[in-house]
Amino acid sequence: MIAIIDYGAGNLRSVANAMAKLGHQSRITSRAEEIQKAQAVILPGVGAAGDTMDSLRKLGLIEPIKQLIAEDRPFFGVCVGLQVLFTGTEEGGGHDCLGIIPGRVKKLPAGRKVPHMGWNQVRQRVSHPVFEGIPDGANFYFVHSYYGEPDDKSLAIGETEYGVTMGSVIARGNLVATQFHPEKSGDYGLKMYQNFLRHARNGKNA
Amino acid sequence: MLTKRIIPCLDVKDGRVVKGTSFVRLRDAGDPVELSAFYYEQGADELVFLDISATPEGRDTLVDVVERISEQVFIPLTVGGGLRTTDDMRRMLKAGADKVSINTAAVLTPELIREGAAKFGSQCIVVAIDAKRVENGPRAKWEVYTHSGQQPTGIDALFWAQQAVAMGAGEILLTSIDADGHRAGYDIELTRTISEAVTVPVIASGGAGALEDLYQALVAGRADAVLAASIFHYGMHSIPETKEYLAKKGIAIRIEG
Repeated sequence: MIAIIDYGAGNLRSVANAMAKLGHQSRITSRAEEIQKAQAVILPGVGAAGDTMDSLRKLGLIEPIKQLIAEDRPFFGVCVGLQVLFTGTEEGGGHDCLGIIPGRVKKLPAGRKVPHMGWNQVRQRVSHPVFEGIPDGANFYFVHSYYGEPDDKSLAIGETEYGVTMGSVIARGNLVATQFHPEKSGDYGLKMYQNFLRHARNGKNA
Repeated sequence: MLTKRIIPCLDVKDGRVVKGTSFVRLRDAGDPVELSAFYYEQGADELVFLDISATPEGRDTLVDVVERISEQVFIPLTVGGGLRTTDDMRRMLKAGADKVSINTAAVLTPELIREGAAKFGSQCIVVAIDAKRVENGPRAKWEVYTHSGQQPTGIDALFWAQQAVAMGAGEILLTSIDADGHRAGYDIELTRTISEAVTVPVIASGGAGALEDLYQALVAGRADAVLAASIFHYGMHSIPETKEYLAKKGIAIRIEG
């Protein structure tokens, strides 16, 4: 069973639909026990990182999430679900985040339309199991105004240009996070989830 | 590079697509689920559903339709038409819509934009503006119309677009009433005026007849996306053909699969 973390925001249904399409059972849940038992966990996201952190805190999910990732259990963060993994964000006057990926979340530079909304290319910096069967430079669907910048640049296995070069796919062991929405990115998005889940089932580390 | 989006728009009444039933390849082109799946496979970048049901029952049907579409179509879905409250919005988002589009209700109650953005995030809130040209020349002006383009409001379209964005709109869906349905091209001047004045993406709508029209809206009109109904529904041009045409002319377009 795959746990999709419900913290009262986000289009969780699309993620669940993507799992169903790939033949996986999933459950939308905010219960720590269920999340801890899951074979893989997805943290979806739309909205603001500060609100997301507040919700996770109220639900008592901060520690369980940190623990899962510390144990290198399969975990996939999407959009704001990527941003909250960082040390902190500039958004909303500044908020502390989960501190799992050392680095900051910054506002996209001025000079272009914000939010960065639409399909953009992901350049694969390294060969990685999540990219299997996905061509280098394939397009994925983005909608965001902030982006994460890891201190350790090697964690950004995929990059995207939008006035700045951002890490659009972050990976460390069984932790994967994307700034784009795989569940809204057509066949390649589904493929990426499938790769992650297969990788998770095999229990291999990257 | 961020690509320009090609967006088919489906008018839905009581759960049925009301335009464009001339697809020979579909069993039932009036079924929004089947038509959506077809456009998805063809490479549409997003889909917009405009509900023109006259009754609440008709709208309930749309919720069910959106649920079924989101089970098999993995691109962004926008739903508009008759949404008046944040509860209406929530219903559509819960059904699987990624964005909701508001038009008349936003003009009547601008606070709805702020409330929607606060509850669901700006990226969910599309403000649709139907604009009619009231002055030509260097001081060109457009007036906002509501109630499906029937009711003049006296509000300047440029002012309203900026106001909507200031209140939290994440995107503007801009339709030229003058151009809509004529298949003689988008109102390029309107599109450029609004697109240059706001910080959020603008979808050009109304008037697409030839592929060149889409090109002009994206280049001369500086639109971030183009919406079209008839040219796709009546099979005048397919989505792959449209994308190939635009890509050849140097527009950044998503072509894959």
